Amino acid sequence: MSCCAPSAELALAMADPHTANEEVLLASRIIGDGVRQTDLSVPGIHCGGCIQKVEVALGALPGVEKARVNLSSKRVAIRWQADKPPAPFIETLNKIGYDAYLHDAGTDKTEETLKELIRALAVAGFAASNIMLLSVSVWSGADAPIRDMFHWISALIAFPALIYSGRVFFSSAWRALRHGQTNMDVPISIGVLLALGMSLYETFHHEAHAYFDAAISLLFFLLIGRTLDHMMRERARTAVRGLARLSSRGALVVQDDGTHAYLPVNEIRPNMHILLAAGERVPVDARVETGQSEIDCALVSGESLPQPVAPGAALSAGTLNLTGPLTIVATAAAKDSFLAEMVRMMEAAEAGRSVYRRVSDSASRLYAPVVHVTALLTFIGWMIVEGDLHRAATIAIAVLIITCPCALGLAVPMVQVVAARHLFESGVIVKDGGALERIAKVDTVIFDKTGTLTMDRLRLMNRNDIDLAALAIAASIAAHSRHPYSRALVAAGRDNAVTPVALNDLSEQPGAGMQATIGTTTYRLGRADWALTAAAEQSATTGVVLSENGRLRATFRFDSDLRPDVREAVLAMSNQGCRVEIMSGDRDEPVRHLASDLGLAYRAGVSPADKAKHIADLTEAGHRVLMVGDGLNDAPALAAAHASMAPATAADVGRNAADLVFLHDSLLAVAQAIAVARNARHLVRQNLMLAIGYNAIAVPIAILGHVTPLVAAVAMSTSSLLVIANALRLQGWRSRKEPRGRAPAGDISGRALAMEKAR
Amino acid sequence: MTDYFFLIPVALALGAIALGAFMWSLRSGQYDDLAGAAERILFESRDGPDNTARAHGDKPSHRN
Repeated sequence: MSCCAPSAELALAMADPHTANEEVLLASRIIGDGVRQTDLSVPGIHCGGCIQKVEVALGALPGVEKARVNLSSKRVAIRWQADKPPAPFIETLNKIGYDAYLHDAGTDKTEETLKELIRALAVAGFAASNIMLLSVSVWSGADAPIRDMFHWISALIAFPALIYSGRVFFSSAWRALRHGQTNMDVPISIGVLLALGMSLYETFHHEAHAYFDAAISLLFFLLIGRTLDHMMRERARTAVRGLARLSSRGALVVQDDGTHAYLPVNEIRPNMHILLAAGERVPVDARVETGQSEIDCALVSGESLPQPVAPGAALSAGTLNLTGPLTIVATAAAKDSFLAEMVRMMEAAEAGRSVYRRVSDSASRLYAPVVHVTALLTFIGWMIVEGDLHRAATIAIAVLIITCPCALGLAVPMVQVVAARHLFESGVIVKDGGALERIAKVDTVIFDKTGTLTMDRLRLMNRNDIDLAALAIAASIAAHSRHPYSRALVAAGRDNAVTPVALNDLSEQPGAGMQATIGTTTYRLGRADWALTAAAEQSATTGVVLSENGRLRATFRFDSDLRPDVREAVLAMSNQGCRVEIMSGDRDEPVRHLASDLGLAYRAGVSPADKAKHIADLTEAGHRVLMVGDGLNDAPALAAAHASMAPATAADVGRNAADLVFLHDSLLAVAQAIAVARNARHLVRQNLMLAIGYNAIAVPIAILGHVTPLVAAVAMSTSSLLVIANALRLQGWRSRKEPRGRAPAGDISGRALAMEKAR
Repeated sequence: MTDYFFLIPVALALGAIALGAFMWSLRSGQYDDLAGAAERILFESRDGPDNTARAHGDKPSHRN
């Protein structure tokens, strides 16, 4: 079976029939000529077969002009005629076995920036190669008229190229200077512009040395570093964006005249009546008016088990309605809802966190003044010794060129790009290079429980108390439901290889359970007070029961399953010198249970604000905390922590707040991320040392006035290549260590595949 | 000496053409989906490069 054929059963289970067409319409945009475009992200697209299947299926829908799959970003762009209602894109994809989510339009600005960088890079590359070609003849001793001509041609190429490609650095430097700060781009810009100015002057006066080649190749190398850095962040963003959206965009509202309308979330006002189908998320804080159901609060409060709700119960925005349809009354607008509250707390936490200065920025803060003072002193020195203004200026500018932070500009991004790629291959997405620098320094790791240490699916706990026949019946009934308990029962049945039983008259009672008959016996699977007839039995039993004609047959207890490799990960982190603790919003008992099982310190029943506060306190005490969490209630803590990680199943807000996102089930990803980040920090330091060492040799030569354009070109290229080669060592480093690791690569990728299929 | 008068312009023009070709291919979205392009070569149907990217970039005023 190929990678691109998820089973039909899976597709059925994942199908979300309630993604209303209005929602598709809300997320689409007009691209002119009466055509609208909708972008869907389809994480299941893997190969050429998938491309064709998806494009053909979507292309056959009425009104669709063109469907185009982008395999790299796993997205489909659908163009359809705006005068028709949108076709059921998502349902169509679900039917052929692919999950699909609406992709946010209007977040594509960064793609433009990347193209801008690549264009600048192409121009710089073109100019650098041509000027180098001309320079070689000058270096090899061309006579004066030809040298002059070549200088002029170089000037003609270099001037526009430098202005065009240099804008990236000039504008950033200008922004920094205007705010009275300095960054890496300031010395770069000054060096490049002075080199250009001096070379133009030299050319004009028919002098021997022009530095066009140095200036443009410097820019070329720096643009490589800048582009790589940007691509890394862009890739992470795309990958994170491709994951499922968990908050709803809108809801079906009953209007005053009794008609239904699909309104975007931010147009929902308090006291509006909302129809919430099973499988939908609660859009705003609300109260149940009619209906019975169960609510999954795992992402919101950290409660691992589904909570029953009845009329009058309060619901937090972001919780998931599991079983029955509900009519709910909004009690707050979106901006006052739980979700918005979390976002506000996150912003507050972020503002409270001390601003982290990236290594390259702090290096350049030291670097720029030193370089500029050296150049100035060189100028003054030569003025005193020789008094020749032209010669003094030439040498001073040569110092600036030779010290221009070419290697420095590459030293940090190169290492981080290589590290991020490595982590990406093993399923960890790094948002930006700064995240790697921060995670390398953590000494305390705090885990959320539900969804982080545990999986977001449940497991049957008391399997050994249940006879196989009862389990077989329960599993057969449960196979027809999507409830988390049912899924756990089905999984338990599969693990014990029970034979499915033939059922008749299957029906589901929303909020209560399932009923079926075998022969003349009626079986009920669900809440005790519904399944059992005897009142005494009802009150004595908790949890989910299987009843036989109203009499108790078996009870089932569930809890969430541990993530794979939790113990190994905790051990690995302790070996890395990190203190590990658990901090959860769930009740005390399950948290204590897990904590004692793993031998960790814990805090239970912690509110979102207290989570963030605890981290702030630890930070105050001098610790650097890595927060790993997935829920909405973890989001402020994620923002407050020195570094943060979230699983791919996390709530949108948390995932966006986290520095790193791990895609696979295994918790070893956390330990691995710390290890790679520390290796990367080591290499960054080495690279900075190399850059400093290079300057220590090159600067005295430049100060003494021995630097010619040839020397400058050779020195800069060598140092850049050296730094790149050193960064690539990170790759070899890890593959040598791999065989000794506890999770071989094949294991992880196999699990990744399973995980991706399950989503 | 006279050789330079056509050799250098020719060299520069060739470079400029390559640069122009690269810019064009970038603009027409040929680098948007490198993984997909590798697969599409095996499809039997006619299938040129897509101009979705152009719609992204050239008509920002139509975005909403």
